[in-house]
Amino acid sequence: MTDFSKKLDPALVAKRYASERRFRAYGAVALAISVLFLVYLIVDIAVKAWPSFFEHHIVLKVELDPARIDPAQVQKGDFNGIIKDGLRAAFPNVTTRADSKKLMAQLSTGTGDDLRILTVANPAMIGTTVNASALLSDDADLYFKGMHAPTLKTPGQTNLQIAKDGENYLFTGDLSQLVAGQIVRANGGAFRITSMEPGGAKAEVLLTPDTLNSLVAGNWDILSFAAIEVDRRIDDRAVVLLEAMRDKGIVEKHFSWRFFSSGDSREPELAGLRGAITGSLLTVVMTLLLSLPLGIAAAIYLEEFAPKNNWTQFIEVNINNLAAVPSIIFGLLGLAVFIGFFGLPRSVPLVGGLVLALLVLPTIIIASRAALNAVPPSIKEAALGVGASHLQAIFHHVLPLAVPGILTGTILGVARALGETAPLLMIGMVAFIVDVPNGFRDAATVLPVQIYLWSDLPEIAFQSRTAAAIIVLLVVLFCLNAIAIYLRKRFERRW
Amino acid sequence: MNKILLTVSALALFAGPAMAREEIRIVGSSTVYPFTTAVAENFGKTSGMKTPVVESTGTGGGLKLFCAGAGEAHPDFTNASRRIKKSEFEDCAKNGVTDIVEIKIGFDGLTLAASKEAPAIKLTKQQIFMALARQVPDKDGKLVDNPYKMWSDIDASLPAEKIEVLGPPPTSGTRDSFAELALEVGASKFESLAAMKKADVKAYDAVWKAVREDGAYVEAGENDNLIVQKLQANPAALGIFGFSFLEENSSTIKGLEIDGVVPSYETVASGDYKLARPLYVYAKKQHVGTIPGMAEFVAEYVSDKAIGADGYLSDKGLITLPGDAAEKSRAMALAMDVLKVDGLK
Repeated sequence: MTDFSKKLDPALVAKRYASERRFRAYGAVALAISVLFLVYLIVDIAVKAWPSFFEHHIVLKVELDPARIDPAQVQKGDFNGIIKDGLRAAFPNVTTRADSKKLMAQLSTGTGDDLRILTVANPAMIGTTVNASALLSDDADLYFKGMHAPTLKTPGQTNLQIAKDGENYLFTGDLSQLVAGQIVRANGGAFRITSMEPGGAKAEVLLTPDTLNSLVAGNWDILSFAAIEVDRRIDDRAVVLLEAMRDKGIVEKHFSWRFFSSGDSREPELAGLRGAITGSLLTVVMTLLLSLPLGIAAAIYLEEFAPKNNWTQFIEVNINNLAAVPSIIFGLLGLAVFIGFFGLPRSVPLVGGLVLALLVLPTIIIASRAALNAVPPSIKEAALGVGASHLQAIFHHVLPLAVPGILTGTILGVARALGETAPLLMIGMVAFIVDVPNGFRDAATVLPVQIYLWSDLPEIAFQSRTAAAIIVLLVVLFCLNAIAIYLRKRFERRW
Repeated sequence: MNKILLTVSALALFAGPAMAREEIRIVGSSTVYPFTTAVAENFGKTSGMKTPVVESTGTGGGLKLFCAGAGEAHPDFTNASRRIKKSEFEDCAKNGVTDIVEIKIGFDGLTLAASKEAPAIKLTKQQIFMALARQVPDKDGKLVDNPYKMWSDIDASLPAEKIEVLGPPPTSGTRDSFAELALEVGASKFESLAAMKKADVKAYDAVWKAVREDGAYVEAGENDNLIVQKLQANPAALGIFGFSFLEENSSTIKGLEIDGVVPSYETVASGDYKLARPLYVYAKKQHVGTIPGMAEFVAEYVSDKAIGADGYLSDKGLITLPGDAAEKSRAMALAMDVLKVDGLK
C-alpha cells in the first residue's frame, strides 16, 4: 500500500508545476504565432484590396446631341464619343493629334456606360447639356490612388521670365529652383526642362500655355518625380494632363458599385464580380439540391435500416475513402460522364453543381450519420414503445433532433465546394465569361476561378482586383460559417 | 421524399435536349488568352451578339478539344502559342475537322529579366545554355553534368553571383518555346553538339531539352506575376516570362540584353530580338453558318483596330505583325483559306 502520509518531495512538485507552466507557455506561443500569420495574411490582402473598392471619375459638361443618339435606340448611342467631346472641350489647349490621343487614353474604354444607363432611364435628357461622370482608365485611376511612382509638387518661389526659343522655350531670371527633367507648370501650360544652360533653362512644351506672361512667385509650380520617365508606368505628358484635371477640381472618387454589379472584363476598371457571384450561387444551389436529399437519405438508410453485413461495410469504407479523394478526380469524372456520356454543355453551373455535389456527398453522409448516431436511442425506443412505426420514429423524432448536426456538416461541405477550382477546370468553367448567367444552362464561372484568372493577367490593376475578390470570397465563407454556428446554437439540444 | 421527386424532375428539366448554341466557344493557350479575351469583349460590345466564352486550357489541351470533332458540342476556335503540329492536324482530320483556318495574330517575346537593382548582365544564347542545361560539353567536347555554379564560372566577364533562374515548369508552352529558341540555338554553337545534331538528332534533342535540376533552375509555376514578385524580392535571381509582363512591370524589372539585343517592343517586332514566337488562333470553318458570329469574330480579330500597330491588342502587350505580314494574315483570314498539311512539322 502506498504511504500517503509521507511528505511529498517539494523539488518534485516544483518540477511538475514548472513542466505544466512550460507546456502552457508552448501552447500560448503556438497560438500567438498562428494568430500572427493569420492576421498578417488578412491584413496584407485587405490592404491590397482596399483601392479596388473605389474608382475615379471626372465630371464633364457634355451635350447629349440628338445627332449622336437616336431617341428610338438610345441604347446604341455613341456615349463614348459624347464624353470624348466633353473632355476635348474641357482641354482647349490640347491641340496636336498625339496629345489629344494621350488625353483620350486617360478615359476608360467603357467611360460612356454610366451615361448610357442614365440616358436610357431618362430619355428626356437628350438634347440638353448635362454634367456627366466619366470613368477613368486603370492607369489614371492608379495614379490618383497614389499607386504609381510619386509625383512631388513644389510651389514656385522665384520670379521667372519665359520666352519662345524657336520650337522650344527659354526660362530666364532666378533659376535656383529648376533642375533638368522637372516639369514647370505656369500660365495654364506645362514645360519640361531639357537642359540648364548659362543663358537660361531650355524647355520643351508638354501642354500649350494660354499666354507667355512672366512667372511671379506663387502662381507657378514644379512637378518632380522619384523615378525617371522610363521607369514609370505613366509618362510626363499623362501626368501633366492628370494633374491639370486635379487642379480643375473635376476628379471625383466614388465607391465602386461596378465591382459588384458588372461581369468580367479585360479592362481592370470595368471588371466586376457579378458574373462570378451569380455563377457561384447557381452552382451551389445545384449542389445542394442534389447532395442534400441524397446525402440525408443515404445516411438514414445506412444508419437506421441497412443490415450490418459485408456489403454495407464495403459501402461505408468507400464513402469514407471518397471524402479524401483529390477534387480534380471528380472533375475528370464529370468530364467523362456528364459532358462525354450525357452530352451536357461545357462551362455551365448545371454540370459544375453535379460535380461538386459528388464532391460534398461523402462529407454530408458522414456528418449526417454522426448526427443521427448522436441522438440518444431512448428517444427512438420511446416512440417505438408507444406504437410508432420505424419510419415514423425516425422522421418524427430522430431526424428533427439531428438537424443541427446535419446542417453544420452540409454548410461546411458547401463552404468547401465554394472554394473549389480544380474540378471546374476539367469541365470548362475556368473561362472568360462576360455575360452574367441567367440560368443553370448559361456559361458561368465561380468566385475562386475568377480569382485564379485575374491573378494571371499582366495588368497591375488586376492585382488589387484579385485581392478584393479574395476578400469577397472570404466574407462569403465567413457568413456561411456564421450561419452554421447560429443554426447549431439555435437547434442544439443537450441530454 | 417530395424533395427527392422534385430534384429528379428538376434534373430532368435541366438536362433536356441541348439547345442550339448561341455563343462562340474558344479554348487554348494561356499566353494568347489575354488577347483573345480582349477581342471577345470588344466583339460582344460592338456586334450585339453574345460575348464568346474563352477557356484557358493550354495550347496542347486546346488543340485536343478543338480536334475532337465538328459540331455544336466542340469549340469553334483554339488559341495556340505555337503552330499546329502535323500529328494534331491529322488527328483533326480523322475526327472530321477538315477545314481549319490559321490566323497568325502577332508575336510574344520571351524575356530573361532581373530586378532593376541588379547589375546589368549581357548574355549570349550559348551562355544561357551553359547556365541551364543539365549536361554541357567540357573542353574536349565530352558531355558532363553541368559544373557551373556561378555566372563567373561561365565567363569571367559575368558577375560572381550564384546562377539562379526562375522559370515555368515543363508543362508550360512558354518553357517549350524558351528551350527551342534559346537552349537549342545555344547548344548548336558548340562544335561537338553541332556534330551530334548531324549524327544523332534524337540524342541531340535530349541534350538541349534537358534543363538542370540541381537548384540553379527553379520551377516557379505557371503564374508570371509570381515570378515578377520573386524577382523584386531577390535581385540576384533571373526570371523567364512573356514580354507583356516585362512591359507592365517596367518600373521594377528590366529585360536582359541577349546576343546584343535588349528586348523592347521595337526589337521584337522587327525580329532583331530572337527570343520571340508567333501566336496563332485556329478557326473551324465548318462552323461558319451554324454558330452565329463566326465570320464576324474573325473579322474583328484581324481588324486594324485589334491587331493593327495602334490597335487595342498592342495596349494589352501583343507585339503586332509588321504591316505587310498583317495584311497577308488579314487577307487569308477573311478569305477563310483552309490550312494545308504540307509545311506542318
